Amino acid sequence: MLNISRVHTFYGHIEALKGIDMEIKQGEIVTLIGANGAGKSTLLMTICGTPRARSGRIVFEGKDIAQLPTYEIMRLGIAQSPEGRRIFPRMTVQENLRMGAITADAQYFEQDLERVFTIFPRLKERAGQRGGTLSGGEQQMLAIARALMSRPRLLLLDEPSLGLAPIIVRQIFSTIKEINRQQGMTVFLVEQNANHALKLAHRGYVMVNGVITLSGTGQELLSNAEVRAAYLEGGH
Amino acid sequence: MDWFPYFLQQLINGLTLGSIYGLIAIGYTMVYGIIGMVNFAHGDVYMIGAFQAMIVFLLCGTLGISWVPLQLLLMLVVSMVLTAAYGWTVERIAYRPLRGAPRLAPLITAIGMSIFLQNYVQLVQGPRPKPIESIISGGVSLMTRSDGSFTVQLGWMQIIIIIATVVLMAGFTLLITRTSLGRAQRACEQDMKMASLLGVNVDRTISMTFVMGAGLAAIAGTMVTLYYGNNDFYMGFLAGIKAFTAAVLGGIGSLPGAMLGGVLLGVIEALWSAYFSAEYKDVAAFGVLVLVLIFRPTGLLGRPEVEKV
Repeated sequence: MLNISRVHTFYGHIEALKGIDMEIKQGEIVTLIGANGAGKSTLLMTICGTPRARSGRIVFEGKDIAQLPTYEIMRLGIAQSPEGRRIFPRMTVQENLRMGAITADAQYFEQDLERVFTIFPRLKERAGQRGGTLSGGEQQMLAIARALMSRPRLLLLDEPSLGLAPIIVRQIFSTIKEINRQQGMTVFLVEQNANHALKLAHRGYVMVNGVITLSGTGQELLSNAEVRAAYLEGGH
Repeated sequence: MDWFPYFLQQLINGLTLGSIYGLIAIGYTMVYGIIGMVNFAHGDVYMIGAFQAMIVFLLCGTLGISWVPLQLLLMLVVSMVLTAAYGWTVERIAYRPLRGAPRLAPLITAIGMSIFLQNYVQLVQGPRPKPIESIISGGVSLMTRSDGSFTVQLGWMQIIIIIATVVLMAGFTLLITRTSLGRAQRACEQDMKMASLLGVNVDRTISMTFVMGAGLAAIAGTMVTLYYGNNDFYMGFLAGIKAFTAAVLGGIGSLPGAMLGGVLLGVIEALWSAYFSAEYKDVAAFGVLVLVLIFRPTGLLGRPEVEKV
């Protein structure tokens, strides 16, 4: 579904991604783990064309999207819940969700709204409240819900567990699994919470300083000594 | 109550003038809201609108169209369409190439655009003011002072200006709060990158903002042409500065603020001219601006910059 080959991305003179190769197949949950500053979020944003890859190919459903403008990429069926959540602070929860559906067929709006409210009942209670007044956890739910509103075929999630209480993290991860299983939505998940992410994912990649150093099934990576030492033991 | 008729008259004059300022101020405030720049060419876009209306009016005379409602409609529609095209072009040529450049750069090109538009109109229309006869005159007498020495007049044109402004404001508020274009504009205003991540064509949304602002300026220009009937190439300068003042007074970035600021400024000017000195009316207008900025730097309806995110 998504094929990334030899992608290089720069911030000014700094090379953030140094030749990334990756493949995500239809219906999979794929996770990318790595330390802070490894370039995980940069890869998600590069898929969306902001910043643009300086070289390499990003092929989504057979079409090279590396040079398309961001809004056209997102209209192909990709949605992102980005780093920092980026909720519109002066719009209500419902308006934020409506923004998520801006490229979707309007006739599905009510139905999709009900669906995300079923997944996140908290958002229904807060529907008329401004995005900027929500707690961190609520904003995270809203960011994911907003991404779902466009009916994407590929969902990009940037650290959905960041700053959330463990019980909410579990809830969000089981939600991701459910969405993937029920609707066959392909999910690409960037996480620092490696333990949870690898248990959830079909396959995973490990990124260090802008380079993919390891890849394998979730189980393989979970039992890999290097991964265990660097990302799983101590701290979590 | 001998003072009241005179006061009421000045209030009516002030509201009329303030409506015009408000319509122009919306263009400033929307552009500032979405890309954070002051479009100093906006006053000249308004001047272009006034000239388009005047040209259509003269063409009506040549073509023998004398039914006033049709003349009005033609002036409004043609002026809006052509002026909107100017607004779009100004953004495309002078601002879009500088997106992401330091904030001073588009400010300089805005001033350049302003000078260009003024000189262009001076060149093709001549430097002298162009008086046109008024097509809508007369009005209603509201009241007379008890000794009969003063009668309050509410002109038809004043009624048209005030009603048109109220209707436009209502329609505009609906557009911004209820339509997907309005939502996209507000989204771009709050987080342009996120808007594009949701599939919003940010460049197109910004263009539409300029088009809408120019359209409203064209309506203001048409009204002024009908009200004062004395256009010249330099008329956009002071009107632009005043409308910008109105936008800042109301709280730049806020639509109701722009309208409120416009009306306040118009009323202050009218009352000052009536009771103190007409020569110093601009001093009064800008004096109020200074006071507001000292005691309420975000303007009357502006929001404080700090947000919990």
